[in-house]
Amino acid sequence: MVLDQDLVRHLSESSVSVELQTEEMTLNIGPQHPSTHGVLRLVARVDGERAFDVQPVIGYMHRGYEKLSEVRTYPQITTLVNRIDWVAGYANEVPFIVAAEKLLGIEVPERAQFIRLILSEMARISSHLIFMASYPLELGAATPLFFALRERERVLDLLEGVTGGRFHPNFNRIGGVKPAYGSGSSTRKVIQDLPAGFLAETRDAMDKVMAAVDELEQLVADNEIILARTKGIGILPTEVAASYGVSGPNLRASGVKFDLRKVEDYLPYHLFDFEIPVGENGDCWDRWHVRLLEIRQSVRIVQQAIDSIPSGPLQAKVPKIIKVPQGETYVRAENPKGEMGYYLVSNGNQGPYRLKIRSASFSNISILPWILEGVLVPDIIAIMGSLDFVLGDVDR
Amino acid sequence: MTTTTPTKRRVIPGMGMVKGLWVTIYTMFRTIFRPGKYLATINYPKVKETPVPRARGVIALDQEACTVCMLCARNCPDWCIYIEGHKEEQAPSTPGGRVKVRATLDRFDIDYALCMYCGICVEVCPFDALFWSPEYEYSETHMGEMLHDMDRLQDWLETVPPDPELEK
Amino acid sequence: MNFLTELFSNFWVSLTGKLLLVALMIPLIGMVIGYAEMKLSAKMQARVGPYFAGGRWGWAQLIADGVKFFQKEDLVPDEADRPVFKIAPVLVLVSTVAILVIIPFGPGLIFRDLEVGIFFALAISSLSTVGVLMAGWSSGNKYSLMGGLRAAGQLIAYELPLVLAVIGSVMLAGTMSMSGIVEAQISAGYPFVILQFIGFGIFMIAALAELSRIPFDMPIAESELVMGYLTEYSGFRFLFFFLAEFANMFSLSAIAVTLFLGGYWLPGIPEDVLAYAGPVILLGKTFLLVFTMIWFRWTFPRFREDQLQSLAWKWLIPLSLANIIITGAFKVYL
Repeated sequence: MVLDQDLVRHLSESSVSVELQTEEMTLNIGPQHPSTHGVLRLVARVDGERAFDVQPVIGYMHRGYEKLSEVRTYPQITTLVNRIDWVAGYANEVPFIVAAEKLLGIEVPERAQFIRLILSEMARISSHLIFMASYPLELGAATPLFFALRERERVLDLLEGVTGGRFHPNFNRIGGVKPAYGSGSSTRKVIQDLPAGFLAETRDAMDKVMAAVDELEQLVADNEIILARTKGIGILPTEVAASYGVSGPNLRASGVKFDLRKVEDYLPYHLFDFEIPVGENGDCWDRWHVRLLEIRQSVRIVQQAIDSIPSGPLQAKVPKIIKVPQGETYVRAENPKGEMGYYLVSNGNQGPYRLKIRSASFSNISILPWILEGVLVPDIIAIMGSLDFVLGDVDR
Repeated sequence: MTTTTPTKRRVIPGMGMVKGLWVTIYTMFRTIFRPGKYLATINYPKVKETPVPRARGVIALDQEACTVCMLCARNCPDWCIYIEGHKEEQAPSTPGGRVKVRATLDRFDIDYALCMYCGICVEVCPFDALFWSPEYEYSETHMGEMLHDMDRLQDWLETVPPDPELEK
Repeated sequence: MNFLTELFSNFWVSLTGKLLLVALMIPLIGMVIGYAEMKLSAKMQARVGPYFAGGRWGWAQLIADGVKFFQKEDLVPDEADRPVFKIAPVLVLVSTVAILVIIPFGPGLIFRDLEVGIFFALAISSLSTVGVLMAGWSSGNKYSLMGGLRAAGQLIAYELPLVLAVIGSVMLAGTMSMSGIVEAQISAGYPFVILQFIGFGIFMIAALAELSRIPFDMPIAESELVMGYLTEYSGFRFLFFFLAEFANMFSLSAIAVTLFLGGYWLPGIPEDVLAYAGPVILLGKTFLLVFTMIWFRWTFPRFREDQLQSLAWKWLIPLSLANIIITGAFKVYL
């Protein structure tokens, strides 16, 4: 190790010196690390406890989604795409399918849209509960992890009851949601509509999630140690956030009241009454609190949607082999992590010609070199955790 | 409740920590004295949770129904289904009638080490030969044993649950 | 009986017996407290805890862990400083074991009643700082180095409140010998915590910091530095640190019980019963304090290093000095 010989020599030479000459050290945080949400590598130059230059190195999890999409058909890509942000599986499929539907020009039936909305909001609750679980764990408190994951199990059980998969639902089809097993000529079509008891279980689960969110707030929100660790740490000013392309709860915590659910029309959010929580200071505590409030708003949306699901077909009339006509479009959606967009270029085949994925976490962590300048090493962990990114979303 | 500024927080310094301690201690007493209602975990493998009937555990094959149309193998995103078949001639049903040609399976393997559990194969099969079953305990020690052949896929057919009832 | 009393009146035999007893107590206490921590933390998190090892209660879990640690490969990293690396866990364990020598388990039931009991205990327990620093420095790993330096800073900073908090109780008792302090509480009729509640609070906080437990867990910040100065330790060397932490919990809690909570005495129990009930009472009170430490660990997150230091230097030390002044005034004028 280079450090100790030089430091020892310095210490032995400087007998009575006012300033102790210290050397900087290059500390490699990751890629295998308990707190980096995946395989993120931070090359940090630290001087004692203070880091003055942090560069993230990404790409350890690049799976080549955009290249894979060039040789696959739309149902196959739907399967692949919900592995981008694996914590909120359903939310990744929706904008992709909406993009294909826009090019085709078909209209999705109401019941399918409601089911998509309910499952998207459940994906949001699931993602934010993971954040509630892992962020206090990085700060040192181990108990909120178990409380939050206990509630997330209820949401995942609901998702499994409808779609068959907990993390990778694969429930969207062009024109609606998955209607049935078995194709047109089969004798035994198993309709994949909502199973019996789904509405009652959802109401029950949503009540329990609200109670658990209250309990988590009581356990974590006022805790003096949490406040000392997160208030005033990692302040992200509004202009910087906007200029780096940060989106989602991070942007809202910095004071910008912007939510794509109110702006875009990929799902019928205009039918429901919900608020957008906005933070004041843009520090870590605000980012945590905005996500907590968003869980409550999502629960409100699900409760309203459950009470007013229309009946009807699950998928629009589409031909068996779907060829999307030539054209290009960009659809963006409010994913739990931020803004996710798909730029779809099609040339009339069964699969896209080019699919560009704009993932939320990639833009969110572009802010790391700016925000981590001059902070202490424990604060690096606190700030990184509060940005809530997932490496699958960063690297695709 | 659009802003997140705390309106009335922390009147007494130290109350936040006391609230946290209170949550932990009542959870502890609840878990000790009323585990039926408050215990969140079960003791696998002595007690097992049954998954919902629609859960995607393993794919079962009905060999009789399969006509070797290869639609599942073509639509699999991972190309993990390996099918080989041959055509057999069957005796005509009436004497002097046309000889019927029927395709029969030689080999139908699904490699579960590659399978993504997406369900596209089950969905596109026109002859209802593939079914989902919620069985999940089939891990092996060798990668090669994750390739389930025709007979093993036929055996999974017994575990396929009946279709769940629908809402309304 | 006569043969046994004759045998144990021989200095060397009784010395060997006491050494064996102390040596046996450490793994036993370590295992019991470790098991209690696993089960209690599980209940606080709505889980079950160890279940399979040893029937339905899982009491054999730590025995199984101990056996597991023993049969692991003895890894010393390439860049490590070998002799220092090997001695560090021994130092930490020895500094814990030595405290047990002066704890009074009952009237006359003490391994060695030193005149300067509490002074000896605090002096020996500060050896662990050296052990921790040795562990961090010699591991040949930047993370361990950072953890070791943080640990050294933290432990030195919290030695002062620990020592100063004790002085109030010593002043009230008038002697530094541990059994003398308990007898002073017996004759006064009340445990010293009633007067010395500030001192008790400071002692418990400083004890948590000495043990490197959450909320003062920066040196072993698991989510940041992957076990800090302990990163490179595996096998039975890790077992030493592990046992040392639990045994240290017991030792510091036992000191707190003796100094502030009345030791082996409960009001209303006659003297002769105390010879038999004393150890049980002491263990019960110690277990209450250990439970509080476990409770705090699983509820709170950890402080940052500079917040830790400012808590020690700006708050605990002035408070403990004020405590000494007030106790002194109390003793002189009343």
